[in-house]
Amino acid sequence: MAENLTTTITSESKTVEIHRSNPTVIIGERINPTGRENLLAELKEGKFDIVRSDAQKQVEAGAAILDVNAGVPGADEEPILKEMVEILMEVTDVPLCIDTADNPALETALSTYKGKALINSVNGEEARLESVLPLVKEYEASVIGLCMDDDGIPQTPQDRFQVAAKIIERADKLGIPPQNIVIDPLALTMGSDHNAGRIAIETIELVVEEFGVNVTMGCSNISFGMPDREHIDSTFIAMAILAGMTCPITNPLHEEVNLAVQAADLVMGRDEYGMNWIKSYRARQKEE
Amino acid sequence: MSDILSDISTLVIEGNFEDMPDKTNAAVEEGLSAEEILNNGLMPGMDHVGVEFKAGNMFVPEVLRSAKAMQAAMSIIRPMLAETGTETKGTILLGTVAGDLHDIGKNLVGMMCEGAGFEIIDLGKDVEPETFVEAVKEHKPRILGMSALLTTTMRAMERTIKALDEAGVRDTVKIMIGGAPVTQSFADDIGADGYAPNAASASDMAKQFAA
Repeated sequence: MAENLTTTITSESKTVEIHRSNPTVIIGERINPTGRENLLAELKEGKFDIVRSDAQKQVEAGAAILDVNAGVPGADEEPILKEMVEILMEVTDVPLCIDTADNPALETALSTYKGKALINSVNGEEARLESVLPLVKEYEASVIGLCMDDDGIPQTPQDRFQVAAKIIERADKLGIPPQNIVIDPLALTMGSDHNAGRIAIETIELVVEEFGVNVTMGCSNISFGMPDREHIDSTFIAMAILAGMTCPITNPLHEEVNLAVQAADLVMGRDEYGMNWIKSYRARQKEE
Repeated sequence: MSDILSDISTLVIEGNFEDMPDKTNAAVEEGLSAEEILNNGLMPGMDHVGVEFKAGNMFVPEVLRSAKAMQAAMSIIRPMLAETGTETKGTILLGTVAGDLHDIGKNLVGMMCEGAGFEIIDLGKDVEPETFVEAVKEHKPRILGMSALLTTTMRAMERTIKALDEAGVRDTVKIMIGGAPVTQSFADDIGADGYAPNAASASDMAKQFAA
């Protein structure tokens, strides 16, 4: 079994260490206009009020890192992402996860950002490996590696593991150490394939066993198309934490999912004296 | 309505693809035409599924099972429909646009529309604008449906519509689009004829376009 690695993500003033013996790091997913008409409309007008308030709300709710995505259809991503990064550095002190498939936008965002960012993402596709990894190296950033490649998303945990291995190997060739790679095994929707959850969990186990790398996952998609989604999401997230996931990308404003993460951390012995759990209980009591 | 047709509707609603082939064969043996089985057995079943799905009373896995039940019957009656030259409501060409690998929504649209009596030609995922253009020329569909689940790929819808325009076939089809990041205003912007927020709405829209 490989030694567990530490992935360090920083802002100007804060350092987040992702490791399997630390409490789970929540990457807040909200700052993303996909499917959010109001945010999309604001960004189109060059307004950033929702970005500001989303950042604050997510950090208050426990996000340790904020994902930032500027995917406004038809608009040039580069200046919007740059401005979002600047604003987020102003309104919060948590590190950022820069989420874009546009390479010029990524490079500009990285050069604007003060700290060691997490990049979302690279995958096993040749073109992506060649365009993203050199930036990871140059900016000493970390990067999320999605378990998919030019042939699409593999159906089996073994094949997804192979994609993860390829990403880690290609990064290594450029001198990017494995602790700077965070693997995403991909959580597809159980509504269309009831094996989707199991495949993701088994992929985590394989990747952790072999490489000891940190693991993330978008955890809000898995229950798409099903009723009572929060129960599925929270159970899945707890099981994924047991399997080795360390930094899920999720919505910290969903209390049930948040509680599942905190409870899982307690169960895993990552919450000393249960102080985080008790603190969050008291905060909820106060709200009521 | 004959009992066996209402049984077939029920099998669609229940998603019972195991019992569907026997029931369909029994209906054929009873002398029912393929057209009757489709119009008065399968389609009312899928209609019901569409309504319940839209209302949030049925869920994706159930719709997939219903579609599978429908498919089980269609594979028996399709050759008979072809033989008698039964006209469908028209052809719908479907695809997830270039660069995008998400196909659950697009597949659901295909199943719902087939259940509504359309013939479906599914180009799959990651479909280049040129491929859409060629397929429109070849199959002359009544409706073209495009899906995109990423903000980065939804522009490919616009490129596809432009390519259809340049090829002089834009006005031969009604274009409907959908997917998580897609909105009505985006559909208006890029000159699509309609935006459907879910598979059941897509099927309703297709029926309107074909009317």
